[in-house]
Amino acid sequence: MTRISLTVDGQQVSDDVEPRMLLVQYLREKLGKTGTVIGCDTSNCGACTVHLDGTSVKSCNVLAVQVDGSEVTTIEGLAGPDGALHPVQESFRECHGLQCGFCTPGMIMQTVDLLKENPSPSEEAIRLGLEGNLCRCTGYHNIVRAVQHAAGVGSAATSGEEVSA
Amino acid sequence: MTATQEPLQAEIGRDRRRKEDQRLITGRTRWTDNITLPGMLHLAMVRSPFAHARITNIETTAAKASTNVVAVLTGADLGEGQGVCINAWPVVTDQVTPAHVPMPSDRVAFAGETVAVVVARTAAEARDAAELVEVDYDVLPAALDLKEAALAHENGGALAHPDLGTNVSAVWRFDSAEAGTGGDVEAAIAEARANGIVIEREYRQQRLIPAFMEPRSVVVDPTGEQITVWSATQIPHILRFALAATTGVPESKIRVIAPDVGGGFGGKLQQTPEEMIAFAVARRLGKPVKFTETRSESLLTAHHGRDQWQRLTLAATKDGTVTGLKVDLLADLGAYVAIVGGGVPVLGAFMFNAIYKFPAYQFQTTNVLTNKTWTDAYRGAGRPEATYAIERLMTELAAELGVDPLEVREKNWIKHEEFPFTTVAGLEYDSGNYEAATARAKEMFGYDALRAEQAERRASGDRVQLGLGVSTFTEMCGLAPSRVLGSLNYGAGGWEHAEIRMLATGKVEVITGASAHGQGHETAFSQIVADRLGVPFEDVEVLHGDTQISHKGLDTYGSRSLVVGGEALVRAVDKVIEKAKPIAAHLLEASVDDVEFGDGRFSVRGTDQGMAITEIATAVFAAHNLPDGTEPSIDAEATFDPVNFNYPHGTHLCAVEVDTETGQVTMRKYVCCDDIGNVINPLIVAGQVHGGLVQGIAQALWEEAVYDENGTLVTGSFVDYLLPTAADTITFEVDHTTSPSTTNTLGTKGVGEAGTIASTPAVVNAVVDAVRQFGVTDIQMPCTPERVWRAINSGGSGGETTGAAAPHFDPATGMSGTVDRAEGDVQ
Repeated sequence: MTRISLTVDGQQVSDDVEPRMLLVQYLREKLGKTGTVIGCDTSNCGACTVHLDGTSVKSCNVLAVQVDGSEVTTIEGLAGPDGALHPVQESFRECHGLQCGFCTPGMIMQTVDLLKENPSPSEEAIRLGLEGNLCRCTGYHNIVRAVQHAAGVGSAATSGEEVSA
Repeated sequence: MTATQEPLQAEIGRDRRRKEDQRLITGRTRWTDNITLPGMLHLAMVRSPFAHARITNIETTAAKASTNVVAVLTGADLGEGQGVCINAWPVVTDQVTPAHVPMPSDRVAFAGETVAVVVARTAAEARDAAELVEVDYDVLPAALDLKEAALAHENGGALAHPDLGTNVSAVWRFDSAEAGTGGDVEAAIAEARANGIVIEREYRQQRLIPAFMEPRSVVVDPTGEQITVWSATQIPHILRFALAATTGVPESKIRVIAPDVGGGFGGKLQQTPEEMIAFAVARRLGKPVKFTETRSESLLTAHHGRDQWQRLTLAATKDGTVTGLKVDLLADLGAYVAIVGGGVPVLGAFMFNAIYKFPAYQFQTTNVLTNKTWTDAYRGAGRPEATYAIERLMTELAAELGVDPLEVREKNWIKHEEFPFTTVAGLEYDSGNYEAATARAKEMFGYDALRAEQAERRASGDRVQLGLGVSTFTEMCGLAPSRVLGSLNYGAGGWEHAEIRMLATGKVEVITGASAHGQGHETAFSQIVADRLGVPFEDVEVLHGDTQISHKGLDTYGSRSLVVGGEALVRAVDKVIEKAKPIAAHLLEASVDDVEFGDGRFSVRGTDQGMAITEIATAVFAAHNLPDGTEPSIDAEATFDPVNFNYPHGTHLCAVEVDTETGQVTMRKYVCCDDIGNVINPLIVAGQVHGGLVQGIAQALWEEAVYDENGTLVTGSFVDYLLPTAADTITFEVDHTTSPSTTNTLGTKGVGEAGTIASTPAVVNAVVDAVRQFGVTDIQMPCTPERVWRAINSGGSGGETTGAAAPHFDPATGMSGTVDRAEGDVQ
């Protein structure tokens, strides 16, 4: 067991962890941060994406012992302290960028990072930027719209009554 | 009070943002794997590495001695108490159905089958100990290749289940001449051979994996009076029935909850061995247990989909009028007949004739057992296979005739003024307008301009060729009229149930037997109820997915929730209004005949007196002043059994660019115009279409479950099984025409499977269209760069049967036909 201390969603936490414990397991099993989910075992799906010291990481690909002294933000810590949604959360809802919602925490965390790097991405840049996050429900169409909406570079969701250009 | 002073804006047709999303975007979720109970134990499965083997010994001593391991149990330990996995649809009365014990003790029938379960205090300790279980196997010959397996009883080949003596589970047949719904297909084919056109093809529906994003998980808590089962399932009600029916535990002692469920696509329409094992272990140990699969386990053992060979013969006159269609399928069931299993190809039986007026039709499927993962419903279930076959064939007929593929379709399709139309398969299509949807799709696509560009690129010998693909689909959905299911030997009905609870505070609880896993029922059903009951959208709460709250239901699959479950809602609401009306008349001191209901209010005709229905609910709660003999409740429930299936349709057009030097296919444009009747929420509909399209496109271009010669799944992780990413896909153009369904009050049609059913042939038709000038008439799915390149460069072997002169699928030619397929089959 190794002692780690870190900040998760603004809260100081400290635990003894097995050296092999993954960050995602630590978040879910020790802290009850079940908003972050596990979708695969090969680091392909990105459902577990969180921010580690401000950068997106797949939390299944980081050991808990590696984050000692770091700051982690999960989907549960993205909204403001008053519950105000982050603009990316709001845009996913506005643009119907989710259906079952299982990939959504990872998609949103990855989008926040993507827009930090490139505040006005092209559609191609968005698609490449989300390549590490799998979604099986949306066909990515409205996820791309949501990212564009959050960036202020696109229209809102395309519904059945609208035809996108 | 929530009394409505002003008419509410109509909710139906409004692009409401979803009620579900607030929780999902903030991580406040209840996935099954999130559930933790005091003293909960964790399971890990020990799985067979062999496709077919006898279990000769299982050594568990080391595992049992491992840290924090509570038990290691084998099939012999659990015995009959573990129940069985049921097949709900024996498609023929003499179906050969191997017994499916969740954890067998003597023999494994596919790689991945569970042979022992380790129970420990943590999931990690359970998995560690599972590595220590030593199982001795005697490897048996495995039935792997579908075509070979189908003949094993004749030639002594490997049997998936040696005791059965055959791999053929069932042969199911429909013939229009025998059924009295059409003519003799053999006569039509003979006539076409002499004087017309015969198109003969053999197509492969590769094996696919549903690959929902949330891995399956089950928690069983046996510590209450009811045994509570949380499961990542589409079918909590059916699971409860199956648990009770096969374990002897009374149904009333079982509560099944499907909490937040992360996608299904048919893949969670199953009573799984893992659920049964968890249930048995929890009962045995008296402790809550959890099993959550890894992604690799999910890909290996959750049921797969498709996997057919399709032998097809289309007869037509020389002007392109189709005179008959003969379909002969081989369908791979895998190791066991799953809950719907053999019914999946049968669901396609009624759809090969699609939107067309074929005078003669014959369908036969031979369902075959193999030593691979079992197969069952995957988005569309039978209908994508049918649509693929006919839409490829119609395009081949057009190529043979030298006409545009839309022209040959129009020549044969049902005209809009001919609805309702009874098809050669015996179904009555209630409504549709193929002309309108096609015209709109062509306009959106810029069809003529793209054809012109294609001609230019061909003429100039451009390295990148353009191909246009067409798919004009229909489907039967809204499963299903119970009588029809009964006539097909299905083990249950197809009704759906709903309840409306009018709460004292003016809120409304809606209980549905449908069980959403991403569809947005809470939003769409709120819209329906808000409109009909005249209450605010926000005041409606939709409850589902818990057999103790929603006690009756048949769950969600087959695009049924809206067209069957939605109609049940409508009827329950109408009952509420009927029950409230005499109470309103009493309170308003008016005659019932003078009271009318609208916009949530009962009013007295010719006066300004009125009361909101929510006020009636409050008055009924107090029950101080009701008419004599009136029950103090206006709650109501309704069970709706549909009278017919439901027939959405649409025209899908796809443009692809094919690099003729590399075989790379790039999506250029995809448009579709679907007619799904009246739309409740256009935003949700568009989402369903987009997601459906990508799953269908993925079958055409990327996905395939591949087994090696030992029966090992070699696409057992997301590294190997190619789910498309955002970078692989494009923006779609989606529109609708509207022919309301006449068989439900709301005029709606199903949309959940439409995109998947339609898109696969549109894409493959486009790919073939791009390279047809090289003599290519087929490329096996998925159309990988390798296969496309081989097709282009195989010296025209792809073109051999274009003329379809040889009488194949005939004993005279060894039943082998001429398979105009590219090399590169990895099966």
